[in-house]
Amino acid sequence: MLRRLPEQKGRRVRFLFEGEQVHALEGDSVAAALLAAGAGATRTTPKSGSPRAPYCMMGVCFECLVEIDGVPNRQACLIEVRDGMRVRRQRGAPGLPGEAEDDPV
Amino acid sequence: MSDASEVIVIGGGLVGAAVAYGLAREGASVTMLDEGDVALRASRGNFGLVWVQGKGDGMHEYASWTRRSKDLYRSFADVIRGGDGTDIELKQDGGLELCLGEEDFRANEDEIRRMHNQPGVGENDRVMLDRADVLKMLPLIGPEVTGASYSPHDGHVNPLYLLRGLHGGAQALGARYVSGAQVRKIEKDGEGFSVSTKVGAFRGGKVVIAAGLANKWLAEMVGLSIPVEPNRGHILITERMQPVIPMLLVNARQTADGTINFGNSHEDAGYSTRINPAKLAEIARSVIRSFPVLKDARIVRTWSALRVMSPDGFPIYRESESMPGAFSISCHSGVTLAAAHALELAPVILRGGFNERFAAFSPERFDAAPAA
Amino acid sequence: MTRFDLAIIGAGPAGMSAAVTARDAGLSVIVVDEQPAPGGQIWRAVGRNAGARSGNLAFLGEDYAKGAELAAQFEASGAQFWPSASVWHADSPDEGDKTVTVAWDGATRQFRAGALLIATGAMERPVPVPGWTLPGVMTVGAAQTLLKSSGLHPEPPLLLAGSGPLLLLFAAQCIAAGIEIAALLETTPPGAYMRGLPHLPVALLGWRTLLKGHRLKRQLAASGIPVYRAVTDLVADGTEQLERVRFRSAGMPVELEAAHLLLHEGVVPNPQLTRLLRCDHHWDAAQRCFRPDLSDRGETSVDNVFVAGDGGGIGGAMAAVHSGRIAAFEIAERFGSVNRPSGDVEIVKARDALRAELAVRPLLDAMFPPPDWIARLDGDVTVCRCEEVSAAAVRKAAALGAPGPNQAKAFLRAGMGPCQGRMCGLTITEILADAHGEHPERIGYYRIRPPIKPVTLGELAALDGSD
Repeated sequence: MLRRLPEQKGRRVRFLFEGEQVHALEGDSVAAALLAAGAGATRTTPKSGSPRAPYCMMGVCFECLVEIDGVPNRQACLIEVRDGMRVRRQRGAPGLPGEAEDDPV
Repeated sequence: MSDASEVIVIGGGLVGAAVAYGLAREGASVTMLDEGDVALRASRGNFGLVWVQGKGDGMHEYASWTRRSKDLYRSFADVIRGGDGTDIELKQDGGLELCLGEEDFRANEDEIRRMHNQPGVGENDRVMLDRADVLKMLPLIGPEVTGASYSPHDGHVNPLYLLRGLHGGAQALGARYVSGAQVRKIEKDGEGFSVSTKVGAFRGGKVVIAAGLANKWLAEMVGLSIPVEPNRGHILITERMQPVIPMLLVNARQTADGTINFGNSHEDAGYSTRINPAKLAEIARSVIRSFPVLKDARIVRTWSALRVMSPDGFPIYRESESMPGAFSISCHSGVTLAAAHALELAPVILRGGFNERFAAFSPERFDAAPAA
Repeated sequence: MTRFDLAIIGAGPAGMSAAVTARDAGLSVIVVDEQPAPGGQIWRAVGRNAGARSGNLAFLGEDYAKGAELAAQFEASGAQFWPSASVWHADSPDEGDKTVTVAWDGATRQFRAGALLIATGAMERPVPVPGWTLPGVMTVGAAQTLLKSSGLHPEPPLLLAGSGPLLLLFAAQCIAAGIEIAALLETTPPGAYMRGLPHLPVALLGWRTLLKGHRLKRQLAASGIPVYRAVTDLVADGTEQLERVRFRSAGMPVELEAAHLLLHEGVVPNPQLTRLLRCDHHWDAAQRCFRPDLSDRGETSVDNVFVAGDGGGIGGAMAAVHSGRIAAFEIAERFGSVNRPSGDVEIVKARDALRAELAVRPLLDAMFPPPDWIARLDGDVTVCRCEEVSAAAVRKAAALGAPGPNQAKAFLRAGMGPCQGRMCGLTITEILADAHGEHPERIGYYRIRPPIKPVTLGELAALDGSD
């Protein structure tokens, strides 16, 4: 889990992770926000199901793949978190959009 | 020379490896000469279909040969697994060619009717299915799909594992594999042949040229004219996905790994393997028309590879008459025909009577004066 | 298709500096970057940290602060800028313009350019140790990005392991920001200063850098953070998450509890675009990586395709700024928007500055030699993270005759996952070279094909094919 240094100015952003409300700071990437929220493994691999989390934070390793707003396998380190985003762990290989049950409102 | 072998196979792609494997299974000592790591390699770029429907329009011997290979595939897969343990992921549950729109449907229907009138070709048991039938097999098709042609004989393998299994199996049977051995010269040498390459010379009693497009100039060295030309195809591959396409299609194949391959484009682009983004876009549009749910599927690789096409699209097999013991094998269906190449063609190379057995596939068929 | 004189891929130090120079010279310029803001990795979020979060500059340091000025010039330069856009194809037809294909805003767009400048920088060398795939293990660069962009840092116990200037810089930044480090695990082989000594006279040209390095070392020593030296046999262990780290220090086994382990073994050029464009590359033995062959003005073996910055070989941010200027002046001369003599004067100036920046590199390479144990990897350590291919499997493919990475890829699926070989390419070259007893240059690298970033079918279908 990550901690935030004091005096990091910016607007608070609210988004959903696995249906739970989570706070982040404007300008955070989705990957940073998930690490700050203590998400642990953010995906499991399609081959063996082993747990993975963001590794390079610069778009090259693809370990931070998550589902964002129903679209699977997005690179969380390259996308800024926004209010109301619905983020889910990517479990194994992605299915089809819209398969996941709806998040609680 | 101590390293002489009974047969030298030039080419380590699917055709060369299948022949080398078949020869090694017959007990022959084999040397397989291959290019380096970066080669114009159709075997690494192909789609993996063991495909029967639509094959042999205009040459019933090819239809029968294709069907024969398909029938041999199950035991072939078992033999490969027994060799080095590779599972080539063979599935032969039938295949579909989707029709988009009414016109497409009628064109497929007409083709089936026409081919049924040719001897031997009707064996592919190809039939038309209407939209309702297709929906039962593929619930995620889009509204534009009007139906499909279907043959119960079509199937697919993982072509990369097939290649690995053939290489591993041939080597387990004692075949020698030499990479980086680009061939410079093939010469008669006493009773056999001498093949000079970038990494030295090799001697063999017989030589089999199975080098894809390079057969065109290599076969000339043994007095054969093999008029093959490149035909470019693009392939798009998705990341691993949950099962989306449970049935095999001629232009879409979901592998055991979960990746989906899309392809079946044809272009005349010389020897260029440059990727054409407009072609990729065209394929993407057709996939989305067939399966609208796939619009968010992510493509992780694309590929363009060169098919080895003869003027009529059928294989060319020939033993040189001026230099007996030298064979040229070329075709564009290296996967589909791999079983037949290994189990039926390779033994004939050793036993003799090759040109009689494969008379229909002789390049002499191109010698006739072209029609006006 | 819209046409620009110059297309720049990457808005880091090299890309921004080239864009500013080229715009000054009157060229039409487009810059594309994956990130939402300019700055690249080194000056990541520099706008935010120079503005609302200026307090962070105190620990990020003065070199970081320099980025703000260039970023401001870049934004005022009039270059067209597409942030959050992934280039997935670039092509250089035999004659004429380059074409660049980009996924941006849900669609695919293409443009043409007279010259292409690849300024995609470096990535950290993949460090395949057992357990490096566990959550809790990250690169040092990743942690630094989190610190710059979000003011985030790993909770204790935190271990840093590896070798090289970035590792020391990040440790110093942590100390300055009050972030707790449980221990530093130095994998640098003993004798760094002795190895560096012969290079010292040349390196003195870069005395500012040396001084900074010395200061970092002093800060570290004063901090009292335990340092384990001559670390080998590093293993990250845990089930769902990192729990502990095992290693040998000068031969003695050590085990430490850890919530986070940050790895770093130097940086290497990001090879995707230069490989995609089939530029010639050579093996850099000192840095143990491939780099593109470049002329003294930054041009690759492909006409009018240039590289500036760390993508052409590691030199750091200021070197990138100078090489960006050199390439931009050369391109401007070629297109006639700057006349030869006056452009050449600028090039000579920039090249002198570049030489001074690079003077310290041989010393650094000698002091922090890249890891040679990666070549000897065997056993079940994961080499390809996406397809979970082990080092032993790569050796087996070599035994089967796979001469290089492309055949190994075909046999194993290594490099076929979403990262498209970025995290395993170099490792596989090294292992195959060791297995075959061949020079890595002869073994070669993956053939890189489009898309170099995954692209959806929808984005592809939206490509407007009409020209």
